[in-house]
Amino acid sequence: MTMPESALGLSRPPFRNYQFDGAYDEMFESPGVPRPHYRPLFQTLLDLPPEELRKSQQAADLSFLHQGITFTVYGNSEGTERVFPNDLLPRIIPHQEWRKIESGLTQRIAALNLFLDDIYHAGKILADGIVPKDLVYSCRHFRREMRGLNVPRGIYVSICGTDLVRLPDGSFAVLEDNLRVPSGVSYMLANRKVLKKVFPTLFRDYGVCPVDHYAHALLATLRALSPVNTSSRHEPTVVLLTPGVFNSAYFEHTFLAQQMGIELVEGRDLLVHDNVVYMRTTAGLRQVDVIYRRVDDDFLDPLCFQRDSSLGVPGLFNAYRAGNVGLVNAIGTGVADDKAVYAYVPQIIRYYLDEDAILPNVPTYLLTDATQRSYVLEHLDQLVVKAVGESGGYGMLIGPQSSAEQREDFRRRIEAEPRNYIAQPTLSLSRAPCFLEGEAQARHVDLRPYILYGENVTLVPGGLTRVALRRGSLVVNSSQGGGSKDTWVLRA
Amino acid sequence: MTEHRETMLSRVADSLYWMSRYLERAERTARLSDVDLQLRLDQSPGAGSGRWLGLLQALQVPAPENSPLDAETLTYLLTLDRTNPSSIISCVAAARENLRQVREQCGSDMWEQLNRLFLQVKSTASSDAGLLDSYVFFRAVQEGAHLFQGVTDSTMSHGEGWHYIQLGRYVERTDCVARLIGAHFGRLPHPMDQAVESEEYLEWVGLLKSCAAFQAYCKAHTAELRPLRVAEFLLLNPGFPHSVRFSVDMVHTALRAIGELTERKAEQPVRIAGRLRATLSFSQIDEIMASGANAFVDSIRWQCTQAHNAIHQIYFDYSVESALVA
Repeated sequence: MTMPESALGLSRPPFRNYQFDGAYDEMFESPGVPRPHYRPLFQTLLDLPPEELRKSQQAADLSFLHQGITFTVYGNSEGTERVFPNDLLPRIIPHQEWRKIESGLTQRIAALNLFLDDIYHAGKILADGIVPKDLVYSCRHFRREMRGLNVPRGIYVSICGTDLVRLPDGSFAVLEDNLRVPSGVSYMLANRKVLKKVFPTLFRDYGVCPVDHYAHALLATLRALSPVNTSSRHEPTVVLLTPGVFNSAYFEHTFLAQQMGIELVEGRDLLVHDNVVYMRTTAGLRQVDVIYRRVDDDFLDPLCFQRDSSLGVPGLFNAYRAGNVGLVNAIGTGVADDKAVYAYVPQIIRYYLDEDAILPNVPTYLLTDATQRSYVLEHLDQLVVKAVGESGGYGMLIGPQSSAEQREDFRRRIEAEPRNYIAQPTLSLSRAPCFLEGEAQARHVDLRPYILYGENVTLVPGGLTRVALRRGSLVVNSSQGGGSKDTWVLRA
Repeated sequence: MTEHRETMLSRVADSLYWMSRYLERAERTARLSDVDLQLRLDQSPGAGSGRWLGLLQALQVPAPENSPLDAETLTYLLTLDRTNPSSIISCVAAARENLRQVREQCGSDMWEQLNRLFLQVKSTASSDAGLLDSYVFFRAVQEGAHLFQGVTDSTMSHGEGWHYIQLGRYVERTDCVARLIGAHFGRLPHPMDQAVESEEYLEWVGLLKSCAAFQAYCKAHTAELRPLRVAEFLLLNPGFPHSVRFSVDMVHTALRAIGELTERKAEQPVRIAGRLRATLSFSQIDEIMASGANAFVDSIRWQCTQAHNAIHQIYFDYSVESALVA
């Protein structure tokens, strides 16, 4: 019996030790048979001496280190600045598949914005009983202060990063929405820059959609959200507000400010006088119209929210209420990415748009419901439990990989505060080849596309493919040993 | 549409200014240590301790209290001692930290250059290279600083931010060269207009080299060293980039440019620098030396501090009330 030629590839480096398990494989439709859109990459890797790739990887790592493309790991005093690991093998998404993602996410951001506008005004969806009232009002990220406040264009979430995973049948589903201050877009741009250097010919031949216009699109979005009071007066002054150099995403803040050509400010650079926001410049005070804030709600204004915060600007909320400054994203958007509210997003889409959700949710158990809770507590060793208000992979229990002690701990926490947790089946995220230890190894990945919503909705094709670099791990967050790779959306 | 004027945050200006000062200080310390190492190789053991105290004084580093000042202690203190804020590693780290806080202001080339220098210094700190290998290290720091300056001048737009970098560098340089001259002339009194001989000759070469001035001096006055000429060269030479006069000229130019750009022309720092510039332009070296080099450099340093304080008050840390009135 003869083997198909491509299957022979699996006996050759760098694929000699490539492993398959039950999970969907991005590259291979069956062991040794690459999917059509992965064939050129597969062939290139077989032809390329592994030594070459290893050199490219070293050059890329060094370039990341020299550029200081790092993130900060909290709770670790020594060497807190760490290079964000980048993997050289691109993740490839065919055009058709992307079109569906794009329309699904456009639909989702539209519905979520209508939802936020509704719950901070009339609250129709609550009165109609589609989403339970107490679920919304008990959410830690619900801001009473926002009731009745009209935000520019009625847009609350203009910058959104949604995490997508593949279900076992290979279709995409939404794992979670990040509607507060999503990060990671700078790595998407940095990865692209590296890959264009490493695989120039392959990149050209594939016909990959560009992503380099992201910063420009972001600036246009921010400008579009200038409040009415100021937009007629002059070209709006936009700034990016960072918590400062110790924030884990500081590199990204500097990067985006630089790419957009706007000022990167800290709380101490801003002040509010007569409900107008100014920044302190060498030539005196200058009015600020739009703030792209990378500071959480809690820390924005010590007069209004957390009182001991030194990151924010006293009086900022009043200036916002007075319509003298735009905040992006708006305050109080976290209620819509609460993991328990997430479970209702398909109903939310149906309620406001009268459409079915194009991208499904992952099945989610609400622990406030007694039947679901008792099921979850019995099956903790099979499920993933998440705290509703956390992000970054913190506050999570992965049942199959947990110890009895951890499960006991979560059982107690769930019973004490059922509203604070949800559970989902353990998804075996799809796997993609990564270049590790000098060969191709399969690792779990997800996908975070970035959505902008100003004058209209813009998605830069692709996004950040996050990789769980530890063998067998299902956690892709950078704070938990994750890395990333470039995502190629094909033009046709 | 109104004209778009570039703005600069006060905090950013402050960081660029200090970044530049720290880097200049690191380069200076590396150069002084380099020169000292060369002298040490030529001199009998023990001959250096007087110079070392002068060196520490010029760098404003307190001498270690409970250990004798020997070559190794001194080198460690000046290069890799993190507890000494003027050591090379502390200065490079501080420069980098300042730039990191404003890195969106400069091109990525500048940041990469400074980051690379920092990583190099840090890796030296964790290796255990011997004393004589430090020659390579001192050269690397000086070259790294020069490269950064080159990248800055050729990639950054010569606007307000660039002028703060200039300002920081030359304020620091004025202050340090003035201190070096003061310390040296205080320690080695020598007839002003006689050529320096034998024993002391190397020390005078050392002073010039500490200001990167030996070759330039030789071109102007031959290798015959006369204290008066050395003083004139280091204090009043208008074209040599490490002379006090040149540095003050640059401070004045930068301040005037910043004054124009921020429309704060007539403010105090420009006046102080202008007055200092006039003093240096119209002074005679024999008059200066007659009333004592020390008194002269002290007055320069005092005015430098005044200018620094004024810059701080006008551009970095003004009161909100005064700004709102304007």
